[in-house]
Parts: sequence; structure tokens; C-alpha cells
Amino acid sequence: MQIPQDLQYTKTHEWVKFNEDGSKAKVGITDFAQNQMGDIVFITLPEVGDSVAAEDTLTDFESVKAVSDIYSPVSGDICAVNEDLADAPELLNSDPYAAWIVELENLGETAELLSAAAYQAYCQEQEEA
Amino acid sequence: MGGYLPVDPASQRQMLAALGLSSAEELFADVPREMLMKQVDIPQGQSEMETEKAMRQMAGKNKVFASVFRGAGAYRHYIPAIVKNVTAKEEFVTAYTPYQAEISQGILQAIYEYQTMICRLTGMDAANASVYDGATAAAEALAMCWDKKKPLAIVAASAPPQVIQVCQTYCFGSGMELAIAPLRNGLVDKKALRQLLQDRPAACFYLQQPNYFGLIEDAAGIAEIVREHKTKLIMGVNPVAAALLQTPGEIGADIAVGEGQPLGMPLSFGGPYLGFMAANKAMMRKLPGRIVGETTDNRGNRAFVLTLQAREQHIRREKASSNICSNQALCALTASVYMAAMGPAGLRQAASLSVAAAHRLAEGLCAIPGFSLRYKSPFFHEFVTECPVTPAYLEERLAERGILSGLPLEDGGMLWCATEMNDQAQIDALLQAVREVTV
Amino acid sequence: MTMLIFERSGQGRRLSLLPETPVDVEQYIPGECLRRQDLDLPQLSENDISRHYTELAKRSHGVNDGFYPLGSCTMKYNPKLNEEMAASAGFCDIHPLQPLDTVQGCLQVMADAQKYLAEITGMDAVSLQPGAGAHGEFTGLLLIKAYLRSLGQDGRTKIIVPDSAHGTNPASAAMAGFSVINVPSDPQGDVDLAALKEAVGEDTAALMLTNPNTLGRFDKNILQITQIVHAAGGLCYYDGANLNAVVGLVRPGDMGFDVVHLNLHKTFSTPHGGGGPGSGPVGCKSFLAPFLPGPLAAEEPGGSYGWHLPVQCIGAVKAFYGNFLVAVKALSYILTLGADGLAAAATQAVLNANYLMKQLSGSYDMACDGLCMHEFVMSLEKLKQETGVSAMDVAKAILDCHMYPPTMYFPLIVHEALMVEPTETESKETLDQAAQAYLEIYRRAFSDPESLHNAPCGTVIGRVDEVGAARNPRLKYGD
Repeated sequence: MQIPQDLQYTKTHEWVKFNEDGSKAKVGITDFAQNQMGDIVFITLPEVGDSVAAEDTLTDFESVKAVSDIYSPVSGDICAVNEDLADAPELLNSDPYAAWIVELENLGETAELLSAAAYQAYCQEQEEA
Repeated sequence: MGGYLPVDPASQRQMLAALGLSSAEELFADVPREMLMKQVDIPQGQSEMETEKAMRQMAGKNKVFASVFRGAGAYRHYIPAIVKNVTAKEEFVTAYTPYQAEISQGILQAIYEYQTMICRLTGMDAANASVYDGATAAAEALAMCWDKKKPLAIVAASAPPQVIQVCQTYCFGSGMELAIAPLRNGLVDKKALRQLLQDRPAACFYLQQPNYFGLIEDAAGIAEIVREHKTKLIMGVNPVAAALLQTPGEIGADIAVGEGQPLGMPLSFGGPYLGFMAANKAMMRKLPGRIVGETTDNRGNRAFVLTLQAREQHIRREKASSNICSNQALCALTASVYMAAMGPAGLRQAASLSVAAAHRLAEGLCAIPGFSLRYKSPFFHEFVTECPVTPAYLEERLAERGILSGLPLEDGGMLWCATEMNDQAQIDALLQAVREVTV
Repeated sequence: MTMLIFERSGQGRRLSLLPETPVDVEQYIPGECLRRQDLDLPQLSENDISRHYTELAKRSHGVNDGFYPLGSCTMKYNPKLNEEMAASAGFCDIHPLQPLDTVQGCLQVMADAQKYLAEITGMDAVSLQPGAGAHGEFTGLLLIKAYLRSLGQDGRTKIIVPDSAHGTNPASAAMAGFSVINVPSDPQGDVDLAALKEAVGEDTAALMLTNPNTLGRFDKNILQITQIVHAAGGLCYYDGANLNAVVGLVRPGDMGFDVVHLNLHKTFSTPHGGGGPGSGPVGCKSFLAPFLPGPLAAEEPGGSYGWHLPVQCIGAVKAFYGNFLVAVKALSYILTLGADGLAAAATQAVLNANYLMKQLSGSYDMACDGLCMHEFVMSLEKLKQETGVSAMDVAKAILDCHMYPPTMYFPLIVHEALMVEPTETESKETLDQAAQAYLEIYRRAFSDPESLHNAPCGTVIGRVDEVGAARNPRLKYGD
């Protein structure tokens, strides 16, 4: 399972990457999340301009027989969405860390964020449970 | 043992013995004793012959009119013999929703073909496998447009009363606010609609075409107003009229719905009917209910399967936008076979003959003193007249002559309908009868 | 491979169905209102159509084609008399808005169906308007909402639903504007009384429950359950999906329920039609009756029938009076079976389920111990661990035995679930054959698991690519 060092993670299996000056953040789902879900067939893309609070539902994504919520790791306004995912949701399976879902700006507080190492440990716990 | 049980007393004893039980009552050990009924208070069972007699007696108390000039949401059209023949096939009648694709290809393909025909009829991109009826299709369409920033839906006052009522009931559930757009001369008042939309942003506007009074709305003009306000347009259409009139797709509607009963279903005292629903590509995933898609099997064959299921209640549970889990498959099949039998020329002919019959009827009625068209704008196969006598009186007198008149409206008008079933002889007989009872 | 109906089409082919009198439509309708898009329906002969649908029928499986133990769906035999009655002109050719004196027979059908269904469920009033079970749930919850509002108890906004419930329950609650509290079930699928006591309170609108539950067990604490909810000021809603186990023997009204929906296409054997039309009448106790959707049919003094609109009616949930012809079939069924026949049917449904469960329980693991009601749930979790063969594999292998598989992966609280409901209209011989088929598949799970992963092989198509279907939806011909 891949867990890149340069990202931060939530316990609900999202990743977040802040830009250099910390003014914007890209959000996606982790390798663990896509693996749990299996073949992803659709993701509802939120609208640019919408606001979201940390830990609130950002959007959801679907496999053939399941649906799962994606929670925002940070509060902010959606300034970009990855339109490629509309036609190719399988990118979330094949390369979850390249397949960012939204970019947020006007950032506020964050959810509890884990380092790569802490997230790895957390996932191991989850798998053993 | 009567009824439909294929179990004789000996095999029942064997089965109980296999379970180590001495009586069938022991099967219900978990049921509190005080709750077990000796017997419910309804009649005892009877033979098939007796049931048939009782049912036929009830059917015999109804009057089947040979001559019907009433529509108002339920229309009598010619039903080709092949329609009844195909839809009586027991494989279609007795199957469940096609969960197991491998042995349900026939039903899945029939639904896929139905979806295609509905798209072609309405000019839309995607259709579902159907819902209960036209009124619930309208209500489900409002729900598809739910927008928490704009919790308001507007329905044209010229929609059929049953559509407005069902939308109101659904909105009582969802908490969506419902406004009614007023009319001018029987048509949506465009100025008033623009004002409504300016006053408060609405998620959607529902337009009926042709409307309840049979009039043809300026759908293109209304669509423009609705679009200007970033409101979604839902069009409720009569599927037979859709063969001739501008399609919801051409108008630019976001969702098209309608009562599918005119497509080969008998009047049936109001049901079962068929709610068809189609949407443009952007709204496709918001469609409620079952949807069949084309795919391939593991041998490379073309195959059909229930798809986009993650929208539905069995997966989303309380987050699903609709709770519907059935569809009107047998009625959808009826509509498909009807459309296949009629073909493009036949469906256009049914529509054309209906329009022509209605206009001949209107002309004939208006030549009788005291009758006049209430609205002057173009109509399809229904129209409202004023009457020289009370509509209830007219209804009663015509019923005595074996004719089901137009529908008496509360305000003294009468809503008439004609279809291809009302040939010249029927129209002449009606006009003669009307002359007799109104002199 | 079967052709699509569009692929059979030939330009200019047609049936001769209507007089060919020419009509100049533009004489009546302004040109700008007319359709410009081509009406691209298939062009066929009657024989083309007949052959096409006969072929599609052969590629389908109905109750008439063989054993159909689809759990929770009650796929019993559909008597032919009922179809014939519903097809008679005296019911079919009646306009819904005909004058009252010309529809007395239709009203009698409705009034009798309402009366018998009320008695069978132990309720005081019934509306036939809802079009299916889920629609009945929605309707029943709106009754509860309207009733609570009439008492000024708007604060009761929560519906309690066990985690073993049908997915429609929480979805209906949400549609009716309630929020949902899920309560856990115990391993038998019974309501966890402690969890229920914890969940109820001043915000409780109602509990939704099906009994027998989705594990096929009759919850023997049912009276305590409904008492707990009533004591907290909430109402009790009975999901009638599983009524076939107890129809004619136990009444939801006597279990303490206030409102109930029935699935006429299940318990009362009106056919499923490949997904519909069904019918989902709603019954309720007298205090809820003023809110029922209407109009209702009512017998009047002197033996005639009329309409009755409940005074605080929630409105209409469907155009006109519901799926009337389905009510005709259900009434015909009720008249034939009667009080004694319904009870005998329920008893046999339960006996059949227990008999089949007994045959299989030496091999397959059952989700719970002891006797079941009209259906039982097997858990293939252990089989999957041991052999890699899943519930899906077993279900697909059953297809090669010319039987319809059980309901798969439901209820959600059982892993690798297969839910089996034989119904009362299957003979001992059919059940024995089915048991043999299941046991043979069980043996193959150990001896030749690969063959089960590849099943079915004798059907017209193999397993389908559902992922591809959902990722790139092709929902109409030409997409």
C-alpha cells in the first residue's frame, strides 16, 4: 500500500496537500480507501464556489454495490475540481495520489491530520481490527 | 387441501416428521400464544367457480361505454391485438425485477428497448425503467431538482389536478416549497412566471404539454424564461401528442416525464398506469429507480444489466433521493410493444386522427346554441366548452344514451376529449344526442 | 445473440392498425409547435414483433419456469383466474372519472378489498392508493407526520430503523422528511431491547419494523418492543413485506402496530410483472384514519357505494385510486382462499422453509439457530474462507440448475448471505430437488471450486461486466 511522505492524512482516509505558501490545498482519497472500495465507477464532483467545513461531507463516490462519503480534511472554498474524474473515475483506483478531487482556498481549521508514518500505523490497526 | 397448495396430507406429515415435529402449530412457537388467531373474520374459502361468479357480478355492475369523449389524464386509444398477446406471456408476467442478469436477459433487453423508445419519443438522453404513474413521475422529477440553496419548485396551474396534488403530497414529505404559476386564457401567464422567478429563485418549473385543458403551451418561450433564471425545466408530455409536437429535447427541457397509459394500456379505472421519466445527460444520474445498461459478459457477448445502482435505496438507504425499488415493467413492456406495433407512421396517425376528431367535435358542438370554446388558442385532442345546460345534467342525459360525455368542470365548463376511437359516426351520434338534450 | 428490436426494423414495414384517412395537422397546430426531430421508432411486421418478444420471453425466468426462492420477494404461484378477472372488460374499460352510478362494481371491489385487508392486518381503515411497498411506506410515514403535526408534536422527527431492515425503510423515512436512527439487532436479527430503550425519546416519531424480521425469525419480544415505543410517545410502523409467514394467523394490529403497508404482489399473489405493477395498500388504526390518502371507497346505507375523503387527508400519493386491477386480482385471491386458506398458505410457507432449511443445515451454516418462519438466511462466510467460493458463486451455480437463486448479500448484517424463501406453492418434490442441487454445489465448493467461480455456463450469457456498465453507461441503443 502506498503512503507518500509529502502528504497529510485523515482517519477517514483522505489525503491533503497544501501548496508552498499554505494558501491552497488539494484533496483526494488514499490508496487504502480505493482498495477498500474496489472498482470505483463514479464520483460526484462538487461545484466550484461551494464552501465546506473540516470533517463535513465534501462529496461521495461509488462502486457497483456501495457508496462512500469523502470528508474534507480542511475548511475552505472549492476553487477547482478535477473534471477528468467525471469520465475516468478509474483514475482514483489506478493512481489515487495523482487523482486529486478538489482544490480548496480561503482555508480555515483542519480535521485531525496524520503524518505518513502515523497514517500507516493507523491503517495497520484498521486492517487488523 | 384447497387453494394453490401442491402438498398432500401425506407429504405434509413427512415434512413435519423430518423436522421432528408432530403438528404444524409447533412451527409458530415463537409467536406469543395470545396473539395467534383462531381465524380472521373474513369469508371462508370457496371454489374457483364461485369466485369467478362473484367477481363477474361486480364487473357487471360497471357500465362500459362504447362511446367515450372523456380524457382528463386517462385516454382511450386503440390497443393492437399483439400488445395484449405479448404482455400476457407468463415469463414476463410472473418474473421479479431482473436481479440475476444471466437468466433475465429477456426482461432486461425489453426494458433497455423501452428506455430507448422513450428517449426517441421525448428527444432526451437517458430514461429510467419507469415509475408508478405520470403524477408520481412529476413528483420524482421535482425531487431530482432538489437544491438546498433553492428549496422551491413551481408547477404550472395548467398541469392536471392529479399531478399538482401528488406533487403537493411529496413536497409535504420532503419540505420542498411548492408554488403554482398562474394562468391567462388557460395558458401559463409568462409575465407572471417571470415575476415569480424574479421574486425567488426556484429549483425547477413543471410545464404540462398539452396542458390539462388540451391547449398547446408556448413551450419554447417558457423555456427561455426558465433558463434565464437558471431554473430547471421539467416537461410533462402526453406520449401520443409527443409524436407530433416539439419534443422536450428540442425545447431544451432538463427532464421529461409523463403518463404512459395512452401507449397501449386500458383505462382500468385509473391503474395500473406507467410513469415515464427521461433526462438530459447532466441529470441522468439523478433519475430514480431502476435503469438498464448495455455491457458485455465474460464470453464477449452483448448483455444487459441493472446499472447505476449506487443511486438507489438498497445501497444509499437514508441518503437515497428516492425510495422507489419497483418499476412498472409490465406496463413499460406494454408501451414498448405498442410503440413497436404502431411504428412512427402509426403513432403519428393515432395522434393526427385524434387531433382531427377533436377539432371536428369542437366545431360540431360550437354550432349548437349555447356551446362555445372557452379558450381560443390551438389545442390538441382536448378542449373546454361552455354549456347551455349544467354539465352534470348533460353528463347524465348522455350517459343514458350510452355516451360518456366530456368531464364536467367545477366552474360550469366541460372538458372534452376525442381520439382515433371516436370516428365520424360516433361524433355525429354525440352531436345529435347533445342537440336533443339541450333544446 | 438476440437482435434488438431496432435491428429488426425495415424501412417502410408496418402493421395496418388504424384507418389511413389523411390528416393535415398544420391545419390545427401552428407549424412552430410541431416536432422537427425524426420519430425513430422501429418499423416492423406483426410477425417480427411476435417472434422478437417470444425470443425475449425465452430468455427470461418467471415463476412458471421453475423454482424461484428469492428471499423477501414471495415468488409464489400466480393463479390464472385472477389474471382473467382483471382482464375482463367490466374492469379494464372503465374510465377513472366515470359517474358514480356507472362504477358501482369497481367501488365494491375496492370497498371489499379495503375491508378484508383491514381485518387481515387488524387495522381499522385501509387506502389502496399506494402503488407498491415502498410507496406504502412513504404514505404511512406521511400519516404519522400529519398526525404528529395535528398534535403539535413537530419535535418528533426521528424514525428508528433496525440495521437489518429493508433499504426502503430508511429511504422512505428520509423522503418523508424524517431523520433516521439505526438500532442494532442481535445475532438472531431481533431488536436489541436495550438499544431500543436507549434510542427512543421525545424526538421519536416512529419505529419501522418487519416481523418476521429479515433473518426469517418472528421477534418474540414484539409486544415489549411496541410497548417501549408507545411509552415514549412514538408510533409503530409495520413493514408488511414478510406478512406471508403469518397472514391469517397473526395480525400486525395485535402485535401493537399502528400503521402497516402490504405488498399485494407478494402476500396476495398478484404477479410481480418483472418489477411491477405492484400495489402497496396502507392500513392504520382509527386515530390515523382521518389522514389517509383518498378518496376511499365506502359502502353506503342501501347497499350502494360512494367515495369518502378523509377529513384531514394528506392528499393524493398517486393519480386516481391506486393500481385498481391489482386490487381486483388480490380480492379474487382472498375470496378463493378465504380465512382458512390464507392460514393454511402461511402455515405451508413456514413448513416449506423449515423443511428446506433442514435439508441444507447439515452442510450450509444458517445465520441463526432453531426454526425459521417463511424464509431463512444462510451465511457462506466460513465456506468462502475454506474454499474461496462466495455466496455469489453459489447463486450463479444455481442458475445452471434452472432455478432462480436466493436473494444475495441481504440482510447486510449477515456476511456472504443467501436468503431463501420457497413459498407455500412449491411441492415437497421441488424442495427435495432444490436441496440436492444446493448440496451438490456445496460438495463442488471443495472438490472443484474453479468451476463455481466460472458459473454459470449453461445460461444464454455468462457473468456480466457490471463495472464497465456503471463506468460508461450505455442506457439506450446508439449510445
